Amino acid sequence: MNFLYNILNTTLDVLPIITIIFGFQYLVIRRAIPKLKTVIIGLIYVIIGLALFIQGLKQALFPLGELMAQQLTDPAFIYQGVENINKTIHWADYKWVYLFAAAIGFATTIAEPSLLAVAIKANDVSGGTITIWGLRIAVAIGVSIGIALGTFRIVTGTPLEYYIITAYIFVIIQTFYAPRQIIPLAYDSGGVTTSTVTVPLVAALGLGLAATIPGRSPLIDGFGLIAFASVFPIITVMAYAQLSQLLFKYNLHKK
Amino acid sequence: MKQLLAFWYSLLNSARDLTPIVVVIAFFQLIVLQQPIPDLNNLLIGLLLVVIGLSLFVYGLEMALFPLGENMAYAFARKGNIWWLLAFAFCLGFGTTIAEPALIAVADEAAKVAANGGIIAQSKTAMQNYADGLRLTVALSVGLAIIVGVLRIIKGWAIHYLIITGYLGVVIMTAFAPPWIIGIAYDSGGVTTSTITVPLVTALGVGLASSINGRNPMIDGFGLIAFASLTPMIFVMIYGILI
Repeated sequence: MNFLYNILNTTLDVLPIITIIFGFQYLVIRRAIPKLKTVIIGLIYVIIGLALFIQGLKQALFPLGELMAQQLTDPAFIYQGVENINKTIHWADYKWVYLFAAAIGFATTIAEPSLLAVAIKANDVSGGTITIWGLRIAVAIGVSIGIALGTFRIVTGTPLEYYIITAYIFVIIQTFYAPRQIIPLAYDSGGVTTSTVTVPLVAALGLGLAATIPGRSPLIDGFGLIAFASVFPIITVMAYAQLSQLLFKYNLHKK
Repeated sequence: MKQLLAFWYSLLNSARDLTPIVVVIAFFQLIVLQQPIPDLNNLLIGLLLVVIGLSLFVYGLEMALFPLGENMAYAFARKGNIWWLLAFAFCLGFGTTIAEPALIAVADEAAKVAANGGIIAQSKTAMQNYADGLRLTVALSVGLAIIVGVLRIIKGWAIHYLIITGYLGVVIMTAFAPPWIIGIAYDSGGVTTSTITVPLVTALGVGLASSINGRNPMIDGFGLIAFASLTPMIFVMIYGILI
C-alpha cells in the first residue's frame, strides 16, 4: 500500500518533465522519439527504481538516522547526564556530533543517485580522465567538510553568511588556478550533491542540534546545512583536479 | 542472459555504494551511543529495497533519461531556432522545480518562520500564500537560470565570470535581506535540483555542446546545474525584501 503511494508520488514528480519533453518533441520538433519503446521501458525502470529506493530509505535509514541525530545532540548524551549540563556550552563538547556530521555527509553523498548520474556523464565526456570514483569521492569529502563545519556553526551560533561568503572568495581564487576543463563540472557538483538521500538526514541533524542547544532557534539556526553542503564540493572537486595535474607533472618530470 | 548479468553487476555496485552508510550508522549506534539496533529485520528489508531501487534507477537512466535529453539537444540544434530552444529551457527549469517535493517542504518551513517572526499573519491562508509565492519565485529563477545557461553554451561565454557575478549578487542581497530569510534562501539553492532533473539537464547541456561547432562538451556542456542552484538564492532574498 505504502509502496503504491510512493509509485504514485514519483510518477507525479516525473509527470511535468515528461509532459514538457513529449510536448516539445511532438508539437515543436515534430519528429518521433528514436527508440521510443526502450525509452518508455527505461522511464518505467526509473520510476519503479526511485520509488523502491525512497521506500527503502523511509523504512530503514531515515528513522534510524533521525533517531541517532536526536540521541547524539541530546544534552544527556553530550554531558554524560542531565545534571552536568553547563550554562555556557563549549564547542568542543560536541565532538561526536561533528564526527557524525562528517561521516554521514560522506556516506550519503556516495549513495546519491544524481551525483552518480553526473559522474557517469563526466567520465564519458572526459574520455576517462575524470573517473567516476574520483569525482564521487572528491564531492563526498567536500560535503563531509561542509556539514561538519555547518554543525559547528549551529553550535557556536555564528552567522551563516560569513562562512558562505568566505567559501565563495576561496572558490573564486581557486577558479583562476584550477585546470580549465574541471571548472564547469566543479560548479555543477555543488548543486547535485544534495538530493534524495542527503537532505532528510542532514535536515534532521540540523533541527536536532538547533532545538537542544540553549539560545538557538530551530526555525532560524536549523537552516543552512544544505548551503554548506553545496559550496564545499566545488572547492574539493577543483582541488582534486589540481592534485591530479600536479601528480601528472611530477610523474612526467621523473621520467 | 546478458541483461540479467548486467543487472546483477549493477546490484553489486549499488550494494557497494550503500556500505558506507551502513558502516557509519552501525559504528555510531553500537560503539558511540552503545545502543542495540532496533528492528533489525525491517532495516535489512529496507536496505534490500534501496539496493534494488538504486540499480533499477541507474539502469533506466542510461536507457531513458540520458538519450531523451541528448536527443532533444540534437533536434533543437538541427532545427536552428534559438527561441524554441530557450522556451524549452525555461519550461524544463520551471516545470521541474515547481513540483519538486524538497522545495515544497522548504517553502512550508519558511512560511512557519515568517509567521512566527510576525512578517505575515498567523493564519493558514497567509502561510499558504507565502509558501506558494516562494515556490513560484524559486521556479521562475530556475527557469531563468537554465535560459542563461543554454545561452552561455550557444555563445561560448566563460562560466566563471557569470558565476562570480552571481556570487556578487548573493553577497549584495545578503546585506539588504532580512536576517530570517538568509538561511532559507541559501538552502533553497541546493534543494531545487532533483534526482530526475539532474540527469536530464546534464544530458541536455552535454548534447548541445557536442552538436554546436567549436564547443567542447567538457568545458561548455556542464554548468547548467550551477546556475540553477545560484539564482534561487538571489531571488528568494528579493522575495524576502518585497514581502
